[in-house]
Amino acid sequence: MEKHSTEQLNAVCSQVRRDILRMVHACQSGHPGASLGCTEFFVALYFDQMKHDSSFNPDGKGEDLFFLSNGHISPVWYSVLSRSGYFDTEELKTFRKINSRLQGHPATEEGLPGIRVASGSLGQGLSVAIGAALAKKINGDDRLVYALMGDGEQQEGQIWEAAMCAPHHKVDNLIASIDVNGQQIDGPTKEIMNLLDLKAKWEAFGWEVIVTENGNEITQVIKSLEKAKSLLGNGKPVLNLLHTDMGYGVDFMVGTHKWHGVAPNDEQLENALGQLEETLGDY
Amino acid sequence: MEKILDTKYTYTEKKDTRSGFGDGFLEVGKKNKNVVGLCADLIGSLKMGAFQKEFPDRFFQVGISEANMMGLAAGLTIGGKIPYTGTFANFSTGRVYDQIRQSIAYSEKNVKICASHAGLTLGEDGATHQILEDVGMMKMLPNMTVINPCDYNQTKAATIAIADHEGPVYLRFGRPKWPIFTPADQPFEIGKAWKMIEGTDVTIFATGHLVWEAVVAEAILREEGISVELINIHTIKPLDTAAVLASVAKTGCAVTAEEHQFNGGLGDIIAQTLVRNQPVPQEFIGVDDSFGESGKPEELLEKYGLNAENIVKAAKKAIARK
Repeated sequence: MEKHSTEQLNAVCSQVRRDILRMVHACQSGHPGASLGCTEFFVALYFDQMKHDSSFNPDGKGEDLFFLSNGHISPVWYSVLSRSGYFDTEELKTFRKINSRLQGHPATEEGLPGIRVASGSLGQGLSVAIGAALAKKINGDDRLVYALMGDGEQQEGQIWEAAMCAPHHKVDNLIASIDVNGQQIDGPTKEIMNLLDLKAKWEAFGWEVIVTENGNEITQVIKSLEKAKSLLGNGKPVLNLLHTDMGYGVDFMVGTHKWHGVAPNDEQLENALGQLEETLGDY
Repeated sequence: MEKILDTKYTYTEKKDTRSGFGDGFLEVGKKNKNVVGLCADLIGSLKMGAFQKEFPDRFFQVGISEANMMGLAAGLTIGGKIPYTGTFANFSTGRVYDQIRQSIAYSEKNVKICASHAGLTLGEDGATHQILEDVGMMKMLPNMTVINPCDYNQTKAATIAIADHEGPVYLRFGRPKWPIFTPADQPFEIGKAWKMIEGTDVTIFATGHLVWEAVVAEAILREEGISVELINIHTIKPLDTAAVLASVAKTGCAVTAEEHQFNGGLGDIIAQTLVRNQPVPQEFIGVDDSFGESGKPEELLEKYGLNAENIVKAAKKAIARK
């Protein structure tokens, strides 16, 4: 894959944010907040870091694989998949509508290229990613497995089963990230169920932990992922604490849980799109 | 009682169905290198030790974390593996229902959920472990195949057969030593009911351990001049509808026998099939909306009305209702 400049990557981010807002607005449903917050991470993965094939082979042999555990941020994933060639951007129009392959939460049943497992019910994606990483080891496939979880999702018990399992089985071909935006549906994570020191927790479970201080700065995201890769192959999985701002890129959405699962109205959409340059052409 | 009866199938040895699973698992592991195993701290109970010893690189001890095990299994299919998960039936279903629903069934993953210690015949451990709802939960899930073999030989054959079936499977077996009464070379075809005994007065549809009780019941009924057709429903989903309807067209009434709640079990799906196509009287042998308790397997089957004697009574009642 040709290397993209920082400018090009930022241009993709701007377009992806427009896609997210327009998709969620069109069906008046979906989760714009963390989708906007994780845009740089997805663009860094699909446009810079991962070796992947948009013609899509579900088995993913010889490719890097990505698993989204917090499936409600499907808008950002769908936009990035379509913008990187997995399916036509026109299909983004069908998001959350009847007879669509773009289900509210990611699914395999409709055969959308790029999706390998359903997610949405929280806490399950890391376990699946570990399984896929173990399969790569058995197959002698040296490509990597990436996973993303939410920070609110850390409240699910299964996460900690998986956290215990990966170091035990020396799954050192896995980079898991947590979107640390400090928000969940009912409010700030600190008030809902305080996660306290995630770094200490994951280290205690035997992971190499790195911190991305600003996950909305694409050069920092890429630098972190490069560092994560350099730590692999030593018997430990890597956990990346990816600090982001929920709603990043739209001034009235940023930093609040209020836009976790709410769609903008016509006026709000116009306001938001006015803050984001159309770089690759709206679908 | 069994020895003086002239049963159509006989046995010389008793063995647990979980050993049929363990032996089948080793054999299928030798045949198919994509088969991998996972177990949540019950390798001995599930008889998975021989496979683990033979294929240590294809086996994962995951500790007491069944939810994670189901996710791992789903992930292992991505890359072409055929994972067999092993734990007790309770922890293979109710405990991890959402994981199975989303990561395996809805995601169409080729995972084989292998569940031991199902039903009352688990015995002394009591109701916390004697799951009687698992077949219902699993057969409600789209894409899921549900198999409940009856003895060591059939369990071994089923364990081998499911590797060649693309898609999620729930394989249910148990703990007690049970008669080995089916031939070792009996072909096992998923979704194809096995007519074990031909008859004309009543059809008994039986699954799991209760197939043996039905074999005994047939001999008792035959001595009384009643002709029983016995059909072994090892695959509860997809149900062999054609075999069910062809049999009741001849006999005109049915008894279902299973180690499970009435709700959600084999009796339910047979009743649905009959009501939709060809309503005939049906009697149910199973557990009637209650939890189990501690005791010896035979004592429990007697107390909860799941033995041959009860099948005999149910058959007579079904015939009388024709």
